[in-house]
Amino acid sequence: MSQNNEALVQFIGVEKTYDGEVLAVKNLNLEIHRGEFLTLLGPSGSGKTTTLLMLAGFETTTHGDILLKGKSITKVPPPKRNFGMVFQDYALFPHMTVQENLAFPLTARKVPKAEIEKKVARALEMVRLAGYQTRRPNQLSGGQQQRVALARALVFEPQLVLMDEPLGALDKQLREQMQLEIKHIHEHLGVTVLYVTHDQIEALTMSDRIAVLHQGEIQQLATPTKLYEEPENSFVADFIGKNNRFAGNVLEINRSNCKVEIDGGATVEALAVKVGGVGSRTLLSLRPESVVLDPPDGLCPNRFEARVEELIYLGDHIRARVSVCGNDEFVITVPRTGNAPRLEVGQTINIGWQSQDCRALEVP
Amino acid sequence: MTTIVPTADIVRTADGVPLKVKLRRAERMRKIRAVSLIAPLFLFLAVTFVMPIGIMLFRSVQNPEVSQILPRTAQAIQQWDGEGLPGEDVVAAFIADLRAAKEAKTHGKVAKRLNYDLSGFRSLTLQTARRLPPPETPPSELLDKLIEIDKRWGETRYWATIKKAAPPYTMFYLLAALDRNFDVKGNVIHAPPEVSIYIDVLERTFWMSFIVTAVCFLLGYPIAYLLATLPTKHSNLLMILVLLPFWTSLLVRTTAWVVLLQTQGVVNDAAVALGLWSERIQLIHNRTGVYVAMVHILLPFMVLPLYSVMKGISFTHMRAAASLGANPLRSFLKVYVPQTMPGIGAGILLVFIISLGYYITPALVGGPRDQMISYFIAFHTNTSVNWGMAAALSVVLLFCVMIFFGIYNRFVGIEKMKLG
Ligand SMILES: Nc1ncnc2c1ncn2[C@@H]1O[C@H](COP(=O)(O)OP(=O)(O)OP(=O)(O)O)[C@@H](O)[C@H]1O
Ligand SMILES: [Mg+2]
Repeated sequence: MSQNNEALVQFIGVEKTYDGEVLAVKNLNLEIHRGEFLTLLGPSGSGKTTTLLMLAGFETTTHGDILLKGKSITKVPPPKRNFGMVFQDYALFPHMTVQENLAFPLTARKVPKAEIEKKVARALEMVRLAGYQTRRPNQLSGGQQQRVALARALVFEPQLVLMDEPLGALDKQLREQMQLEIKHIHEHLGVTVLYVTHDQIEALTMSDRIAVLHQGEIQQLATPTKLYEEPENSFVADFIGKNNRFAGNVLEINRSNCKVEIDGGATVEALAVKVGGVGSRTLLSLRPESVVLDPPDGLCPNRFEARVEELIYLGDHIRARVSVCGNDEFVITVPRTGNAPRLEVGQTINIGWQSQDCRALEVP
Repeated sequence: MTTIVPTADIVRTADGVPLKVKLRRAERMRKIRAVSLIAPLFLFLAVTFVMPIGIMLFRSVQNPEVSQILPRTAQAIQQWDGEGLPGEDVVAAFIADLRAAKEAKTHGKVAKRLNYDLSGFRSLTLQTARRLPPPETPPSELLDKLIEIDKRWGETRYWATIKKAAPPYTMFYLLAALDRNFDVKGNVIHAPPEVSIYIDVLERTFWMSFIVTAVCFLLGYPIAYLLATLPTKHSNLLMILVLLPFWTSLLVRTTAWVVLLQTQGVVNDAAVALGLWSERIQLIHNRTGVYVAMVHILLPFMVLPLYSVMKGISFTHMRAAASLGANPLRSFLKVYVPQTMPGIGAGILLVFIISLGYYITPALVGGPRDQMISYFIAFHTNTSVNWGMAAALSVVLLFCVMIFFGIYNRFVGIEKMKLG
């Protein structure tokens, strides 16, 4: 990846309110590096689209500044920003053919005719739609329309491409295929992408870095691996992947580890990621796949008996809901390899986990 | 031996009826229901729309007066070559017919009809009918007797007019509606300039409709755009303002303009008070008044189709255009306007065609030089009771509308039209 840490775009203390009462975006500080694929991930209403629109110039910032290559662009009108944009509803112009749609940004830039032909053909080839020049958008399938929209946003070689849930209208299979395609095109062109989605799998699949947004604030900005494996707060832990949680009080802290008395009564050893002093409330977060079945003696400091409540067959693995330490929402995953033990509902099993897999986070 | 019917290739339902029969039965029921649902409307349209128009078209070529009221004359005069004066058999037939017509009290109709072709014929006919020579007069003296009654019977053109008016069907009215006429030989000629008004009226009708349509478009497009883009709270109010004219009687609206625009009216008062113009100017009973009132009345017909099309245009298209580097004007002209074409087409067609047939408003707020073709149709229907002429003018109007429709269909396409 042709990615360095030079900032292409900087949000500096950006705030946005629509109604003068609620902040849709709060004190946003964010750098988009040149050539990277950055995703804004968050639940509905978390301010993703607002952030994107402020960068594109369709919404004004209430406070703060947005810099492009070090220069403020808050006064630059959208046509002059030179960003490609892909919309959720594609926004292809229905009265124009595919060729005319793709030529539109080029004619607006007064590119010579012969060059337009060449660039359009190349862009269509890139999205594997060569030969579709004369079709109209309504003669294309959803996936094809999406590709045309992508080609149109890339054909004028913008420095930055903004995409707001571009795959939201596609079915699951096509979405997964398009995720990979977009990722490959990004790698191939080295263009900077700001991508918006509320689908965590999509974000994990495609991004170099992910900014998790919640109520207008960035919760964590990290690589997919780090985000999944080392969530910094309980919102991120819950939002990304499956998560088991225990609420409790900190009993003691020694260096990076801590002991927590959970509300069920048991004591758990955990990694102290973000906790207050002794006696403060904390939320423990534990990924289902970190839980070990029948742990050998001495391996896990945390060992408990659990009762199997429910089994869900998911093909490559089984998800088991068990009750442990008074928590009957506790989920573990059991791989379906040959030597894995067979579970039955009602059965009592032994489970355990490493203290570094169990992260003690602050209570939101 | 029993005959085995090969049934393998006929698909049957569970009760043994072939599937095709079953399908046909089911379809028939549906068809009957559909037909019976539209039948009342169809009948209504046939009785109130197709029939009157058909009768009207027919009236424009009907010419019954001479052929029915003076049947023997109509037949006899066909032999006459139109040179000099007709033979005694024609004159005899004419006198006999006229005597019969006088008894039946139908001679007035003939007189009126003949007067359309040649003015003065009415009084001539009525006068002659009053003083007809006695029936026992020898045929050879009849013509001289007529010339004695009125010497105009000695002129060829009076007899030629009867010959022209004799056939039961004629192009006379249609030609008159285009300021044309037949000469004695049956050639089409220009009507004399003092009676040539209809081409002028037709041109005026088109020109005024064009102006009204253009103004409606220029005013209606921004209104429709606002309606489609404003937040609902404001757009609802604006919509009510647009629709208000619809909820008021046409007559009330038109007379309201008279009140506003007359020389001592509100507009003149305000303008003089504000010093916009120093002398009161004529705003009503002239072209200006007609334009103002017609645009006001027809504006909703432009706004509504435009609005319904604009409402369907996603605003992300404009964002997309901007993000692709098009300035606002370019986005508007290249992305927005083309998508409103179906609405533009529908609005223009609607307003133009309604304008072509406008009658009441020009009659109330226009001067004599501002009347459109419908005024003359009404005049011939109600005042001069010349239905042949009224029908012929209607045919011309209908024909113009159809030509316009054809041109529109050719260049825009009727199927592209969207009324809402
Ligand atoms: N045009 C607007 N006027 C008023 N409030 C708005 C407007 N657009 C967004 N908001 C508010 O701003 C907040 C953030 O909205 P935003 O559209 O950025 O969310 P999002 O993260 O894109 O959500 P989604 O995943 O549903 O698209 C929401 O509370 C929303 O109600
Ligand atoms: Mg959004």
